Amino acid sequence: MFSSLLLPAHCRPKNRYHSIFFSKKKKDKIVLKTPRMSSSSNLATMKKAVQQLRFEASINRVKVSQAAVDLQQFCLQNALQDPLLTGVSSSTNPFRPQKVCSFL
Amino acid sequence: MGEMEQLRKEAESLKDQITAARKAVQDSTLQEAAAGITVVGRIQMKTRKTLRGHLAKIYAMHWSTDSKLCVSASQDGKLIVWDSVTTNKVNAIPLKSSWVMTCAYAPSGNLVACGGLDNMCSIYNLKGKDGNVKVMRELAAHTGYLSCCRFISDTEIITSSGDCTCILWDIETGTQKTVFAGHQGDCMSLAVAPDFKFFISGACDFTAKLWDIREGTCRQTFGGHESDVNAIGFFPNGNAVITGSDDATCKLFDLRADQELITYQDSSIMCGVTSLAPSLSGRLILAGYDDFNVNIWDMLKAERVGVLAGHDNRVSCIGVSADGMACCTGSWDSFLKIWN
Repeated sequence: MFSSLLLPAHCRPKNRYHSIFFSKKKKDKIVLKTPRMSSSSNLATMKKAVQQLRFEASINRVKVSQAAVDLQQFCLQNALQDPLLTGVSSSTNPFRPQKVCSFL
Repeated sequence: MGEMEQLRKEAESLKDQITAARKAVQDSTLQEAAAGITVVGRIQMKTRKTLRGHLAKIYAMHWSTDSKLCVSASQDGKLIVWDSVTTNKVNAIPLKSSWVMTCAYAPSGNLVACGGLDNMCSIYNLKGKDGNVKVMRELAAHTGYLSCCRFISDTEIITSSGDCTCILWDIETGTQKTVFAGHQGDCMSLAVAPDFKFFISGACDFTAKLWDIREGTCRQTFGGHESDVNAIGFFPNGNAVITGSDDATCKLFDLRADQELITYQDSSIMCGVTSLAPSLSGRLILAGYDDFNVNIWDMLKAERVGVLAGHDNRVSCIGVSADGMACCTGSWDSFLKIWN
């Protein structure tokens, strides 16, 4: 049925399927256990992780005050063009066509 | 000291460096910056349309860029393309596998895609010559379920999977262009930046990652959530990311400041966030929860300013149309609702 059942146990997120499709209960925390790897591949993985962290540490960061002001500016500048924020009158609402009156 | 131990130490030191660098630019908070702004008035939206036709839980929906058509995917094994204004079904596409978890509409309107427990992303051509909708490609390579997919164009699509990776595909050849590996848990959702240069992914390792599509690299990683990140979206100008998690909160991360700016939470909300979408200006964040409701948040003030109540089961997906005119919610109760 599910092709993923053919996966090795450590790759099979059993609880994930259950909770997504069948259950309303709070999911258990999924812990993906890494399989026993050779020491050389462990080393390679670790090297990659360190390389990635070096890269992420090196980026330029903008001050929070500046970032916050820019987000705010964007919101305010576009507020009037945001129909869900301003509300949509029935005459301009494509989902609420006005009843057409005809003169008899 | 062994090489492994050395690397471990270096990793810890780099993590501390990143924390310090983030703190160094934390000269204020979003709350302080927005202190002078009034909270948005109560937002009251009504259901304008109900799209009826699916026979089982709806797992995903996506608007077409024309703001009229949308596609939905359901456990009944169908992809339905709807005209949201007339509520007519434009296409009802039967799927090979009914265990579908995601669907997407190409920006051109020519293609739709879906995938799920079959570990594949199936691309359908809506504009075939003889008028029939057929499978155009089946993109297979993931070793886990397909949780989300988004088109870059008619020739490229990005998928996220339970195998902890995301993949950029060449649709013409059906091959993988780039594999984005790095998450330590199932990737649950993805969103493409407005400029199509980056995408973000949320995963069960409680983090969100920003990826450079062309370089194939992860540029930034955002932690802070205490459980799986189920939903993710870009702030409309592409400079911030909004995440929704099983920890019952949504968070806003600024990409340029490289950190979390604010958390959207309330002590009365104790269930997970399943989906989210920002409004056109980004001022409102609409988030779907396990308790059948959608909460509307004032993005700057982190206050709840509205609720969309109308579904009889979990809200599994939400989307705001490109012109910002309406919000569409899809639910396990098998209905889609259009609100504004």
